[in-house]
Amino acid sequence: MSEILVLVEHVEGQVKKVTLELLTLARKLGTPSAVWAGAGYSPEAKARLTEHGAEKIYVADSAEIADHLVAPKAELLAQLVAEKSPAAVLVAATAEAKEVAGRLAIKTDSGVLTDAVGIQDGLVAEQSIFGGGVNVRSRVTKGTPIIAVRPNSTPVEAAAGAGTEEQVSVTLSDAARSARIVERVKEEKGARPELTEAAIVVSGGRGVGSPEKFAVIEELADTLGAAVGASRAVTDAGWYPHEFQVGQTGKTVSPQLYLAAGISGAIQHRAGMQTAKTIVAIDKRDDAPIFDFVDFGVVGDLHTVVPQLIDEIKKRK
Amino acid sequence: MNIVVCVKQVPDTETERKLRSDDKTINRDADGVINELCEYAVEDALRLKEAHGGEVTVLTMGPDKASDTIRKALAMGADKAVHLVDDALHGSDALGTSYALAQVLKKIGFDLVVLGSESTDARTGVLAAMLAERLGVPQLTFAKKIQVTDKGTIGIERVTDYGYDRVEATLPAVVSVVEKADASEKPRYPKFKDIMAAKKKPVEKLGIADADIDPAQIGLAASWSEVVDFDVAPPRAAGTIVRDEGDGGVKIAEFLASKKFV
Repeated sequence: MSEILVLVEHVEGQVKKVTLELLTLARKLGTPSAVWAGAGYSPEAKARLTEHGAEKIYVADSAEIADHLVAPKAELLAQLVAEKSPAAVLVAATAEAKEVAGRLAIKTDSGVLTDAVGIQDGLVAEQSIFGGGVNVRSRVTKGTPIIAVRPNSTPVEAAAGAGTEEQVSVTLSDAARSARIVERVKEEKGARPELTEAAIVVSGGRGVGSPEKFAVIEELADTLGAAVGASRAVTDAGWYPHEFQVGQTGKTVSPQLYLAAGISGAIQHRAGMQTAKTIVAIDKRDDAPIFDFVDFGVVGDLHTVVPQLIDEIKKRK
Repeated sequence: MNIVVCVKQVPDTETERKLRSDDKTINRDADGVINELCEYAVEDALRLKEAHGGEVTVLTMGPDKASDTIRKALAMGADKAVHLVDDALHGSDALGTSYALAQVLKKIGFDLVVLGSESTDARTGVLAAMLAERLGVPQLTFAKKIQVTDKGTIGIERVTDYGYDRVEATLPAVVSVVEKADASEKPRYPKFKDIMAAKKKPVEKLGIADADIDPAQIGLAASWSEVVDFDVAPPRAAGTIVRDEGDGGVKIAEFLASKKFV
């Protein structure tokens, strides 16, 4: 079976769930090889990659890669593509990994497909465009197919691989070192999952009413182990930080469950969440557009419905 | 400082957007508007010019009707524009587009290239990174704040999942920007006199030969990927909508339980 390279997403030495999804997907397409780029590689990381099917793990454990923006990872992958001639390269459809994919595409003269929600036989990527309005199947026609896959689009299945390590030394060009990360500022509070990676997202909209009342959205999110999102109206009004905005000019999420409270569902919002597997909404207005595309909706005041929902979930736990 | 802002005309998201049935490219006959994040890119470029002097040039690649988008950016305050327009460019993918734009940028020169981080039509979010790669200059992307010093260095705050990264480099560089939450940083709205003044600003039209663009690297035929087929997504199966009769929360919990979320 042909080799499929998977760029590992990791934070503080921990392999992120999306990488396990990519390994699961890669096993169906060929033989998965994980590529570790950056600092913090550990036995735990190795175990997690191996348990999910990595036959090989290429390790470039280098602070120099981590300290510069995007370009070094593309250089490392380009080197591996040249040496190993893989059948494809899979990355997560995160802002950074998509940029890595873009630069890799140019370095290797290969086509790149972004935001895939699935990959069919023959490396045909399934994409959902125009805010979920059109399903597209595309394929790369030149070079090594490079595909960025959205988090949460593939259920993780464990299956042990050999996990053979191979150290990779990479000599970065001056160009790759030209943009330097001088500081990382962590703002996200609490232990909530990251918005773009979370399996469940609870979002609040203008119907929440005030910044203080957003606490009920957070409480529901914590009850479900979910990430918190917000509509543009909410972030524009300063009720909730801008980085939590879900929508066309905010983040795109593709969770298993999206629960919208007090969000009418305008196209701006829809563009960022329409590929959620299951959508639930609570809104006062029975003519809110969001009710046209939910799996389950309640017309009512979120300030009575959500607290009851929280109690009910706790009872069932 | 010589700032070039790349802007894109996109189908209005309020209209029904379609792919063409013949060549499976985005139907651009529909109402075209300036891509929203490109307005932020123009705003950021104008602020940098106001702080450091220099000139703001608008660059777009697109059909004749993309001139509307150029006029919008000029009305906001950009000084001049370059419009890369050639039938041979139709159907170019991100690799082809980045190649064509890079050729123009090499020809016209720049200290800083500013783009929106994503377009609302293709939403690939890769163009700025590709341009930096092709031009061999630093990439500073997904910026919520940009700072340029007189010593020719640039620093940005790059939005990340956990907050932001401070990233630094020296000019020339490519920057992409995200939406700003602060109302005082929203794109300016042109006044009538700005719109009239924009009509007198120079717009240079370039074809592919003018910018040394190799026809073998652009257009649908040269694209590095292809759409195999597509279909309009069926509307999501009609869900259950209930009115809260004092048990709305319980009903949702039951639904979540039936789907094994709780």
